[in-house]
Formats: sequence, C-alpha cells, structure tokens
Amino acid sequence: MADVLTDRLPLFPFRSPDDDPFTPVTAADRRTLDGPVTRVRLPTGGWTWLVTRHADVKQMLRSDAFSADMSRPGFPLLRPLPPQTERNSQGTFIRMDGQAHLRLRKMLTAEFMIKNVRRIEPLIGTVVDDALDALQEAGPPADLVATFALPVPSLVICHLLGVPYADHAFFQQCSSVMLDEGADPLRVRDAATGLRAYLGGLIESKRAAPEPGDDLLGRLISERVRTGELEVGELVGMAVLLLIAGHETTANMIGLSVLLLLRRPDVWQRLATGDDETVDGIVEELLRYLTIVRTGLPRQAVRDVEIGGRLIRAGEPATALLSLANRDDDVFGDGAQFDPYRQAHQHLAFGFGVHQCIGQPLARAELRIALARLARRLPGLRVAADPAHLPKRDLSIVYGLAELPVTW
Amino acid sequence: MSPRVRADREVCIGAGNCVMTLPQVFDQDDDEGLVVVTDPDAQGQPDELLQRAVMMCPAGAITVESSPP
Repeated sequence: MADVLTDRLPLFPFRSPDDDPFTPVTAADRRTLDGPVTRVRLPTGGWTWLVTRHADVKQMLRSDAFSADMSRPGFPLLRPLPPQTERNSQGTFIRMDGQAHLRLRKMLTAEFMIKNVRRIEPLIGTVVDDALDALQEAGPPADLVATFALPVPSLVICHLLGVPYADHAFFQQCSSVMLDEGADPLRVRDAATGLRAYLGGLIESKRAAPEPGDDLLGRLISERVRTGELEVGELVGMAVLLLIAGHETTANMIGLSVLLLLRRPDVWQRLATGDDETVDGIVEELLRYLTIVRTGLPRQAVRDVEIGGRLIRAGEPATALLSLANRDDDVFGDGAQFDPYRQAHQHLAFGFGVHQCIGQPLARAELRIALARLARRLPGLRVAADPAHLPKRDLSIVYGLAELPVTW
Repeated sequence: MSPRVRADREVCIGAGNCVMTLPQVFDQDDDEGLVVVTDPDAQGQPDELLQRAVMMCPAGAITVESSPP
C-alpha cells in the first residue's frame, strides 16, 4: 500500500538548524534523499516528488505539464487548505494556470518593469534615508527588523499600491499569519478574509472618488475596472498578493543579508564603497545563497512528464526546491559557499516559468539601495545578541529572522 | 537575412531578465511591459550575454542564432 511506503519517506519541509540560518537543508537531511528527483512525505499526509537540481527545477517550472492551482485534489500542501470559496480566491493569479493566469498578470507587467522601477528609485532612497535617520536619532541598540528591514519595503509597496502605511500593523499581522505553515487553517482563513475586506474597502473608496488616484490600484480601477476588463473581486485578490509579496520577501532578505554580511567585514566594506554594479553582484549572490522561499514551489502534474529521468504521472504532486537548486554545484561551483565575486545571475530565488516573481526589479532595487546605504551610514554595525539564538520565522513560507538586535 | 535575435511576445511574461542582461538589445513596451527587440542584429554584443538572455528567460520567449564563424 502506498501509505505504508509513504511512512518511510523523509518528512518535508526540511528546517534550517536553529543556530545556522544559512543552511537551508542539513547534510543529514540531504543524505535521506535517494536521488535528485525523489519522493518525500508531507505534513498533511501523502507525498510529493522533490525536484532539487537546477536544470530539473527550470524544466519543471517552465513546463505546462504542471498546475499551480492549490485547490486541485492531490495538490501538495504543507498545511490543510483553509475553507475556500470562489469569492475569497478570486484574483489570486499566483495559483492560476494558462490564460486565466496570464490575463491578470499581464495587467501588472508594465507597472513593475525595470524602467518604471528606476523612476521610483528616488522614492526608495528617501524611504531608506528616513529610516536610517530615525534609527540614528533613537540611537543604539535597535531591532533592525522592526526599524529597517520591515518598514522600508512596506512603505514602498504602500506608496506604489496606494495603501495607507498607517495601517501597517494590521496588514503585516494578516500576512504573517497567511504565510505561517504552522497556523491553524481557520486563523489563516480569518486573516485572508480580513485582508480582503480591508483592501476591498480601500478599493471601493477609490472607485467612489472622482479620480481613483495616481497609484497602481487607482490606475487599475480607471484603466481596467471602469472599462469592464477586470472585476472588483479580482482586483482585490491581486492587491492582496502584491501587498504581501511586496513587503514580506524583501524584508526577510534584508534581515538575513545583514546577519550574513556582518560576518564578512570585507563584503560589508565593498557594499559601502562599491558602485551600483558591484552592489548588484553582491545582491544576486545574496538572493542565491539565502533563497528565502525555502519550502519550495508546489505543483501538480496535469499529464505524464519526465523530469530528471523520472516519470511524473498525471495527477502526481511535485515540489521544486529552489534552495537546493541554487546550491547545485554543476551551476554554482562550491555552491554551499557565499562568494560575492561569483556570477550568481542564474539563481532561481525568484522562481522560474510563467509565475516568476513579477516584482523582481523592485526587490533588486530595494535590496541594492537599502543594503548599500545601511553599510555607508553605519559601517560599525554589529549584532547585539548571540547570533546562534536569534528568533527565526521557521514555519513561514518566506524564511527569515523575526528579530535582529544590532548596535553601532 | 533573418534577424539574429527574436522574441515571442505571445509567450513573454514581462519578467524583464533580458532587459537586465542586455539593455542594448532588449526593452519592454510602455503599455504591456512585454519584450521588444530593439537591436535584432545585436552586432558586437557578446555571445555570452545573448545566450544568458536566452537561458534566463523564464518563459522561453527568446531565440538567438549563433553568430557566423
């Protein structure tokens, strides 16, 4: 029986050791994998094919043989699905396939393209400088997550979307519950419903105004909702995705990056003194090495497909493990080492295929500006706690530090 | 002669990796944010960067003919 066999499979997701947030999969866990495409057990029961090589992950995520629709029976889940209704999943294009996904995504591509992100770089710079001013004014010690890593991307995405930052405590709480694999499904449902209601109300008030406003939500209202191309419920779902993805990911990257960089004074120095190109190179290597989406990208085969020499049958679940693909020695020599001089551009930290992160130019700009200015302003920054015992967001779909006490 | 660099806008998802890799050859249009090949002959552009643009495209929208020997 399949269930008897499933019991013997290694349990996924793997966890970083408590004292080492830079090891996404321990050597002991890696030894339990009997090949680059192998079955692992899921906490919700059942199993998934775990795909770990760079080339195989790229092939899998680019293939239309896989669905990203979590509501399909047999989809690999890390926690039980909260009760869904059509209404509360409307617009969640990250979980859609084919034309339905492309239709919504394509309404956003121009907003996040490099040249438009370049136009908002001065705004990012101001947000970063203001946060650094406040940090210096308050003086050491400080929790860098609460005072810098989280507010900077939150302020930026609020400004872009047209969401009042004053409400940040509410939406940050909702998004952290929604990303928590350990959270009770009913709490997840309540957080999702609450965030939809909040953004729904905001969108309604923008719609009622004579001018919906010169921000992303305002533009989508005038250009897509008023023309009948987009339903309000769809816009609400898109707003939820963008708000969550827009601050959680960059915030966790900043926190973990600073912890790593403070162990490497040579790189910290380069960050402070280097030109944009140098800093971009360091940021790419941080993205590769830290790969904060550590529980991988879940999919389900919709037809038979071969990945890495394994036949994955229609209906079978599969998970692309970005963190191991990003340490594949065939692509990144000595991949377990952080090397700011390496060519890391082929990393898959933003995923791959049609769902690849739409906000990656924004994330890159935020990381470049935030890290370089932090290193310039506070060259003597150091961790003010035992680095081996920092609180982690261990059960979050986006891995990171819950706190980073620092002094200077 | 057919152009050396081609991009399929039907397949493109506007992730912008090509523009990041080779802004001299690729751009995104203002309306849809989808790929535009601004220099299809890509004369003088290093093969390495052209191949990188192909490999990094998450949607497989870009094709580059190898340069003549």
